[in-house]
Amino acid sequence: MQKSENQIPAAPETDEGYNFAYLDEQTKRMIRRCILKAVAVPGYQVPFGGREMPLPYGWGTGGMQVTASIIGLDDTLKVIDQGADDTTNAVNIRRFFARTAAVDTTEVTDEASIVQTRHRVPEDPMTEDQILVYQVPQPEPLRSLEPREIECRKMHAYKEYGLMQVSLYEDIARFGEIATSYSYPVMVNDRYLMSPTPIPKFDNPKMDGFPALQLFGAGREKRIYAIPPYTKVKSLDFDDHPFQIQQWEQNCALCGAEETFLDEVILDDRGGKMYVCSDSHFCARRREEGHSGSLPDSAAAAYAAAVGAQEQAVRGEREQ
Amino acid sequence: MNSASPLLRVNNLSHAFGNLLACSDISFELHSGEVLGVVGESGSGKTTLLNCLSARLMPTNGIVEYDLRDRGLTDIYALSEPERRFLLRTDWGVVMQNPRDGLRMGVSAGGNVGERLMAVGARHYGEIRGEAESWLSKVEMDLGRIDDAPKHFSGGMQQRLQIARNLVTKPRLIFMDEPTGGLDVSVQARLLDLLRGLVRELKLSAIIVTHDLAVARLLADRLMVMKDGKVVETGLTDQVLDDPHHPYTQLLVSSVLQV
Amino acid sequence: MYVAVKGGEEAILNAHKLIAEERRGDTVLPELSLDQIKEQMQLAVDRVMTEGSLYDRDLAALAIKQAQGDLVEAIFLLRAYRTTLARFGETQPIDTAKMAVRRRISAAYKDLPGGQVLGPSYDYTHRLLDFALAAEEGVGAPQATVAKEAVDEDMPRVTDILNHEGLIEEEIACDDDGPVADLTRDPMEFPADRDMRLQNLARGDEGFLLALGYSTQRGYGRNHPFAGEIRLGEVAVEFVPEELGFAIEIGEVTVTECQMINQFAGSAERPPQFTRGYGLAFGHCERKTMAMALVDRALRARELDESIEYPAQDEEFVLYHSDNVEASGFVQHLKLPHYVDFQSELQLIRSLRRRHDEDHLEAAE
Repeated sequence: MQKSENQIPAAPETDEGYNFAYLDEQTKRMIRRCILKAVAVPGYQVPFGGREMPLPYGWGTGGMQVTASIIGLDDTLKVIDQGADDTTNAVNIRRFFARTAAVDTTEVTDEASIVQTRHRVPEDPMTEDQILVYQVPQPEPLRSLEPREIECRKMHAYKEYGLMQVSLYEDIARFGEIATSYSYPVMVNDRYLMSPTPIPKFDNPKMDGFPALQLFGAGREKRIYAIPPYTKVKSLDFDDHPFQIQQWEQNCALCGAEETFLDEVILDDRGGKMYVCSDSHFCARRREEGHSGSLPDSAAAAYAAAVGAQEQAVRGEREQ
Repeated sequence: MNSASPLLRVNNLSHAFGNLLACSDISFELHSGEVLGVVGESGSGKTTLLNCLSARLMPTNGIVEYDLRDRGLTDIYALSEPERRFLLRTDWGVVMQNPRDGLRMGVSAGGNVGERLMAVGARHYGEIRGEAESWLSKVEMDLGRIDDAPKHFSGGMQQRLQIARNLVTKPRLIFMDEPTGGLDVSVQARLLDLLRGLVRELKLSAIIVTHDLAVARLLADRLMVMKDGKVVETGLTDQVLDDPHHPYTQLLVSSVLQV
Repeated sequence: MYVAVKGGEEAILNAHKLIAEERRGDTVLPELSLDQIKEQMQLAVDRVMTEGSLYDRDLAALAIKQAQGDLVEAIFLLRAYRTTLARFGETQPIDTAKMAVRRRISAAYKDLPGGQVLGPSYDYTHRLLDFALAAEEGVGAPQATVAKEAVDEDMPRVTDILNHEGLIEEEIACDDDGPVADLTRDPMEFPADRDMRLQNLARGDEGFLLALGYSTQRGYGRNHPFAGEIRLGEVAVEFVPEELGFAIEIGEVTVTECQMINQFAGSAERPPQFTRGYGLAFGHCERKTMAMALVDRALRARELDESIEYPAQDEEFVLYHSDNVEASGFVQHLKLPHYVDFQSELQLIRSLRRRHDEDHLEAAE
């Protein structure tokens, strides 16, 4: 992968007391074996001996262990949370790897060899040379219907997914539509029912036939699963109530994008709001390319400055 | 009785819980369209027998064979677990005494009936709902309740829903454990009437466990009388009830008459 | 002006500086030393070592200091450190029968070989705030009187005594040389065997186990417990180096052990007899080991053919929710941004509301 000026070189001093990327090599090998198994059986949740990470459970420990096991010195890492590179948790995880693995990091999707994400699939397309690592809070799509682990595993083993369909039936009967807006269940390779993690269902279609390897790590629940490149991923639905993604009446107020997932930004306490791309890098790139949205340029610049200021400041400090 | 191969064949079935022999050395055949009543007082081993027959409790000894649509008579405990589970939700039905065990109490009536269809791959909401409506009306339920959860239903309604939920895949064999237990007498009568009609109309085969001889007389073609885990008398229902041979059967029948 | 909720690296660094300042507190006062924590907050150190799964008083004291006395946070720090440590091997099982006992009590027998040894305990203190401890000059150097005779060296375990009569189940040392489950290396599997269950309980949150143990006493899975024996003291840790081929002592650890004795009516395979519940913890953690023993016994329902009806008997429920590092992380992860999902839900609610309002409008017409 080409290096460019967008990439932030790793912090000069990395922690000496710990192994490269924190985990010991034995553990990384164990995790890589689990990843291989997961790739071989797309959508199947492979139990793994998850380690305690120095970040709390539920904050991305599964994704971090997967990333730590596959990352090497030549990799370039991008970390996003809610689609944005500059949310606290994303910054923190990126900092962790810069500190323990001395790898380059980037905010540019197509420059990254590994993208670790929480709750979004980037808007920009990804390639066969990239890996997308998801942080997973609850890997079991059946859990809300069947709390027993033993029974859930049987349902997967025997491909008994009627109950999942019943829950969708119930939604339509009650609400007239399938009232699941994120963590929307999918069938992988026509075999395993899989939770796509709490990404909005807007992102589900991107997973289907995705060129990049998709890896999923659940630290607390100690499961790893995977979708190999170009695998069929189908969102559950009914023939007469087909799967639909979210749509907005507005475009992005900053870059004018029409087909992205939008965050609602509250402007005042009188109902004033605007919509902006949740994928911060995608939006910034479009603005650089000259696209603009409904927000006057001056206001957009002020907003972008407020959001990006801290990151810029840190970057500036580092360069000095 | 037809001479073709039976739908269900049971040979020397026994089941023990530790030292306690719950049912012992039971053999019989059930033919297509036949309704068998298993009667006896509580503790006689009827429910254990029913659980063994319906692939939900592996017997300690003996063989239970069922005439699978694609394979003919097959030892059900030689089937793999997923095959048995599949059989249980397609070609078989199990109506539990307590509707709580046989229904999803938090899922709507329509969803309860539709579950089996969805489990075998139905993916058209309108058709599933149509099918659910048709079965709810067959069991004489108010279609206005299709989106209500059974936890708000009366006992009799819950039982009718359980029956609809089982029949939706057009099973050939139904197992029922005290289907009218715990219901008021008037509700019982209506349910029995409904069951009798359905069994005839759909040419169902059924095994019904009950301590209530009135239920047995109304529904069963043949009876098996159990005491202490053993079958003490079998025969056509009228024969057994009108002319009981075994002293225990005589006692059972006379105690009913006294009521 | 709209202020972005998105925080940057600088904000995080500043938060860390702030917490460091708060941790230090008023700089007029001397800074707390690790030795002070280790020596004067021993029970906190013991709990952190037990649930942190690492026997190291210095590191536990450091973790407590770093966490400002938040023990769950300290346990987390110790766990995260522990996971990076290299493993040299497994020690021999410790033998608590050979413990150098400092405290040993049995609620099942009035007197027994070795006698009752009250040892250090808050049990019979009157819970009155002791203002002497608040005095400027402190408490000086309190000294306990030395006993007239030494503690009996022969201190058989109560359960071993019952064993001679065959009244208590044998602790079946099955598969002695087989590997012991280790859930820090392998994920939990269900149904879980007792080795994995006990490890989970030993690491489990004291408060959670206490509540569960208590629930069994109040009737949610009653199994008539007697505190057969609780003992506290030092045991030797032995290790067999490959090059030597025999066990050498590499040190000693302080442990608390609790053996609960429970009634059992018998089943098809077993005669009526007493059964056991077991608890063990690093250091002095009596409440923890007793609660652990109650829950261990409750979780044996499946093995003993008892009906499983209550939370404490339900192994998936207990084992999946006992770990406070997991629980604390997941509960607190709700602080992380969820605005993509929230936005999705907003969209959905708006759509459902539109449909609802339309339906009502139609109905009204």
